[in-house]
Amino acid sequence: MARTLPLIYKYLRSNKKFPSVWCPGCGIGIVLGGIIRSIDDLGISRDDIVMVSGIGCSGRMPVYVDFNTLHTTHGRALTFATGVRLANPRLKVIVVMGDGDAIAIGGNHFIHACRRNIEMTVIVVNNFIYGMTGGQSSPTTPTGDIASTCPYGNIAPPLDICELAKDCGAGYVAKSTVYHVVEMQKYITYALKKPGFSVVEVLSNCHTQYGKYNQRGSPREMFRWFKENTFLLKGNDWAEGKQPRGVYIDREEVCYTETYQKIINKAQDYERELISEEEGVQGD
Amino acid sequence: MQKTTVDIKFASPKRYIEDNVIYKKKLEQEVMFLSGNEACAYGAIKAGLGFYAGYPITPSTEIAEILSGRLPAHGKVFIQMEDEIASMGAIIGASLAGLKSMTATSGPGFSLMQENLGYACMAEVPCVVVNVQRGGPSTGLPTSPSQSDMLQARWGTHGEHPIIAIYPTSIQETFELIIRAFNLAEKYRTPVIFLMDEVIGHMREKVVAPLEESIKIVNRKKPEKDTVGYQPFVNDESDVPSMASFGEGYRFHVTGLNHDQMGFPTLRKDEINAWFKRVFAKIDKNLEDIITYKKEDTHDMETLIISYGISARSARAAKRMARQKGKRVGLLVLHTIWPFPEEIIRKLASKVNKIIVPELNRGQIKQEVERAVCDRGVEIKGVNKIDGDIITPGEILKHVEV
Repeated sequence: MARTLPLIYKYLRSNKKFPSVWCPGCGIGIVLGGIIRSIDDLGISRDDIVMVSGIGCSGRMPVYVDFNTLHTTHGRALTFATGVRLANPRLKVIVVMGDGDAIAIGGNHFIHACRRNIEMTVIVVNNFIYGMTGGQSSPTTPTGDIASTCPYGNIAPPLDICELAKDCGAGYVAKSTVYHVVEMQKYITYALKKPGFSVVEVLSNCHTQYGKYNQRGSPREMFRWFKENTFLLKGNDWAEGKQPRGVYIDREEVCYTETYQKIINKAQDYERELISEEEGVQGD
Repeated sequence: MQKTTVDIKFASPKRYIEDNVIYKKKLEQEVMFLSGNEACAYGAIKAGLGFYAGYPITPSTEIAEILSGRLPAHGKVFIQMEDEIASMGAIIGASLAGLKSMTATSGPGFSLMQENLGYACMAEVPCVVVNVQRGGPSTGLPTSPSQSDMLQARWGTHGEHPIIAIYPTSIQETFELIIRAFNLAEKYRTPVIFLMDEVIGHMREKVVAPLEESIKIVNRKKPEKDTVGYQPFVNDESDVPSMASFGEGYRFHVTGLNHDQMGFPTLRKDEINAWFKRVFAKIDKNLEDIITYKKEDTHDMETLIISYGISARSARAAKRMARQKGKRVGLLVLHTIWPFPEEIIRKLASKVNKIIVPELNRGQIKQEVERAVCDRGVEIKGVNKIDGDIITPGEILKHVEV
């Protein structure tokens, strides 16, 4: 509590009405806390941070924090963020999306942002459901689970967001849960520091919708579920039926904005050469 | 895994030189021979374009190709995005980060952009969206002209929103009006739709570039020096709030939800209604500034032709032919399509017996003329074509003589 109070005063918007829209016990608050603590640890200036979000419960994060904040259309956060980053490379872009926002409607943009390895930090809050709209299935809802639009059980297998990000070229991909808060924050801090496209997926509890449809119980029981049904990738065998956690990939790759700046430099040099050539010719 | 290296090279120095030579000639008032797409691209650079994101689509692709070469040479940014939805999102993000931004597309892409276009209206983000119209609906006629997106430009995105749409009739006008489009976007904090059609996009005409000093550039109003209490959507007499950029120290919130003056989402009726009132007043109280048109031979006319875009060229020829035959025909060329120039049309309608509206659609603007004129005993006749050909002067003249 000693550290939290000053962080609240420093990073939460004092002119925004609280309480938040989130249900009591929602894991999104834990993720937001982790992001704020990481930003504070790294000493990043609030004026330089642009937090971009999509639509959904996770998308409601930016309005509460004292940064430059952008709440965009469903699935398109990465596209707005790309424009912001390229327009002003000095800005630190953090993108927050839910599982549906990131890889259902936003799937195409997710693939290409990973491919470009464009410099931004992406936090995907995965609660296996579309919570805000009342509990519809998402691309990460496990097979057999119930949701409001699959009352007979979900028949399509879920996608692993981190595998997708890794295969599409993201520089750093890691997964944790809202129970493993210390680990989660370590990954977020690293992702914020590392240049390029970094993805941190955080499994979260939606006890209100997902939990209710699938008898997962209270937030505390869902946290226990995360503790008992996930395993750390590093140093462990693959555990069938459990969700992997950990760093999927950490590689040095060419970053988009940095490379594009080289194009700008070269194009401007060439332009100057051509102009001075023409002026030289005219001077004769 | 090995880090891949990227080698920067120029694929086609010859093309680069061509672009460069054409562009440099603009520095002096020289005569150039440009296509509409070229004039759009070069004019946009003149207007201060800083960021272009787009997706290739016939017949607009040349705009993207030219800007991909020219923008970096000016220290500006070009990116080809994965689709038109992404392009629209990126240009809004870039505008909020402080750059003048633009995208160009045609019918199918314009349909995809609608949701984010509505976001730009809601968040009052200046940007320019070029739609080089082609035959529709759906894939339609990719290499043929049409003017069938006129109502879509007004109402394509859902919800109540005002919009500005401009449409040139010549290459010279394309060059001048694209600069105007950027100025209006900045002045009124709104997206501006720049309509063209496949013929104007691809045909070539003489363009005389105006002298650098004579080109008027308008930039968005910035907040006063003090940081405290900045309201990005303030309701005051100007109707247009000042617009800070991300990173300048104001740390404001932008959302597509209905919001209050701080930009925070709201459900309060007074705040919601105040926003709608102000945003519509932005346009409705400034019609004289926003609406432009050209009247030709309207002083003694009995018949009026109202037209726009490529059809206005045929209309002008028809008017000339009619005058040669002694018929008193006038022409009103619309440059601003939205907001619709009701007042001038009402005024001119009172002088004539007949109005002819030639357009490459089934009567989208004709129905607006009918609405404006409102049954004042004037006959309103449409000359319509939607098969990919343009309307000939003879086809319009036929209706003058009847």
